[in-house]
Amino acid sequence: MKQGERKYWLDRPGSAGKVFWALCVLCGLLFFADALYEKHPTFAVEAWFGFYAIFGFFFSVGLVLSAKELRRLLMRKEDYYD
Amino acid sequence: MIEAVPPGLILIAGACVVPFLRGPLRAAFMLALPLLGFWQLMQITPGTYVETRFFDYTLVLFQVDRLSLVFGYVFFLAVLISLIYAMHITDTVQQVAGLVYAGAAICAVFAGDLITLFAFWELTAIASVFLIWAVRTERSFKVGMRYLIIQVGSGVLLLSGAVLIVADTGSIAFGHIGIDSLGGKLILASFGIKAAFPLLHNWLQDSYPEATVTGTVFLSAFTTKLAIYALARGYAGTEMLILVGAAMTAFPIFYAVIENDLRRVLAYSLNNQLGFMVVGIGIGTELSLNGTVAHAVAHIIYKALLFMSMGAVLYRTGTMKGSELGGLYKSMPWTTGFCIVGAAAISGFPLFSGFVTKSMILSAAAEEGYWFTWAVLLFASAGVFHHSGIKIPFFAFFAHDSGKRVKEAPANMLLAMALAAALCIYIGVNPAPLYVILPFAVDYTPYTVGHVIASLQLLAFAALAFAVLIRYGFYPLETPSTNLDSDWIYRRLLPKWIAGLARGLRDAGAELDRWREASLRYLLGRVFHYHGPRSVMARTWPVGGAALWVMVLLGGYLVVYYL
Repeated sequence: MKQGERKYWLDRPGSAGKVFWALCVLCGLLFFADALYEKHPTFAVEAWFGFYAIFGFFFSVGLVLSAKELRRLLMRKEDYYD
Repeated sequence: MIEAVPPGLILIAGACVVPFLRGPLRAAFMLALPLLGFWQLMQITPGTYVETRFFDYTLVLFQVDRLSLVFGYVFFLAVLISLIYAMHITDTVQQVAGLVYAGAAICAVFAGDLITLFAFWELTAIASVFLIWAVRTERSFKVGMRYLIIQVGSGVLLLSGAVLIVADTGSIAFGHIGIDSLGGKLILASFGIKAAFPLLHNWLQDSYPEATVTGTVFLSAFTTKLAIYALARGYAGTEMLILVGAAMTAFPIFYAVIENDLRRVLAYSLNNQLGFMVVGIGIGTELSLNGTVAHAVAHIIYKALLFMSMGAVLYRTGTMKGSELGGLYKSMPWTTGFCIVGAAAISGFPLFSGFVTKSMILSAAAEEGYWFTWAVLLFASAGVFHHSGIKIPFFAFFAHDSGKRVKEAPANMLLAMALAAALCIYIGVNPAPLYVILPFAVDYTPYTVGHVIASLQLLAFAALAFAVLIRYGFYPLETPSTNLDSDWIYRRLLPKWIAGLARGLRDAGAELDRWREASLRYLLGRVFHYHGPRSVMARTWPVGGAALWVMVLLGGYLVVYYL
């Protein structure tokens, strides 16, 4: 950061944590929103409480972790083809 | 009068005039071209307008139906946005190439027969490669050559398939083709290359990130969506495409997570989005085909927006590597905002364009009972949010501050991004005008309570997954690297094999030479042995010996005579 530059809220210590916890609260609210409406599922799994939330979370974690493992197989130096 | 000119030709003819104009006049002229084309399409109704004789066949240069019309509209829109974005450049090569490329794609969309389609199919390949070569480095030259070989190869397959189909049916008309005949299979392979089917895909990730800042925006709109259009016309309801499309949505997202070049991340997500469209074509119902076409329209706009925002970052910072970027929201706040709109649109957030189009394809898959495909598409939806929705804006504009302090993007770039962003929101908020122009009547409501909550849950929890992994240090760091993909086959394996084969042939040749020399030496040795100066045949023989041999001969003659 350069001297005399404008201070940004996101740069403050603790701000990133606040964003994180706000997201957690939002997710909690959305999870329990399933109680508020009547579902019309095409597939049986859709009727599970919070199906989309659980699906979204676990498949995303799975995606990132398996992609990370794929690096062992696929990753080469930047100038590999040069 | 307006029926007499195929709309794409407006751009191609205009491109020929561009080099003779200068300054503001050139800029105004170029902007007028897509507006003129768009206006022309507004007047036109479905029908056949321009035909010409070619040997025994009738070429249909300008034929309009509801399918081609939608693609025509959005292609002209993409040209307009790309041209505004590129207004600051003075490179005539790029301007002419961009216009000819887009014009050829539009001509191909309105082509009524396979020969015309082939001609413009190849013209898109040839014109577009100049957008890569315009970087003017050795690297871009090599990338361009690889791109050109594959694209032209696709055209060759198309022509071979067309020839077989003409031989079978006697007609060159471009309608439903299907995969029953060999010709149909060849043409599917041709379309599949341009639509970046799995294992035929890597030209896309190889070349698009290597084009110029403005060239990539042009490239992202036309080639692949032309292929989607062609697949929708020729192969709707081909069940195999459901599997192909599902694979396309899933596997590129793994690459997108670990890729460091942010424009290459976008190329992988482009591939993933094409997968949704291919699934829609494979299902082949009115809802799914409407979904494919609507998604193509939304996709062209938000993908251009994302490439524009990353192009602006590249233009200002000179790098596209996630590992070197971060914290740019401070110096490029407008670009950041537009990028986030594009990210929300591609992720399918409610009130953004992706939501009202992608959901049609998912609903169609569910309605037809393809539960596995539906689950893969759901996974891919979470995945695309992950890399295009979060990773792209996060690593470019937020993450840890790279210390780069640059100027905001030029005004024309901001204007183009603003236009695209406005369209992303407009379509998302008010999908009716888009639904009206789709090929079939639309009976679909995207905004139901269940659907909105389901989408928000999926996306919020995918974001939560990202946040948890980042916060607790499990997220793979952005690392300068090359990731092996199918291009490894023709950039490493085949050259290695060919080099090995050449070495083998050389060795075999040398061995053959040695053997030939040895046998020649042996032969000469024997000849020398019998006929050399000291050999049996060179000896002087006594006269008595000669008389004896004459007697033997004469005796032999006598015996033969009496027999």
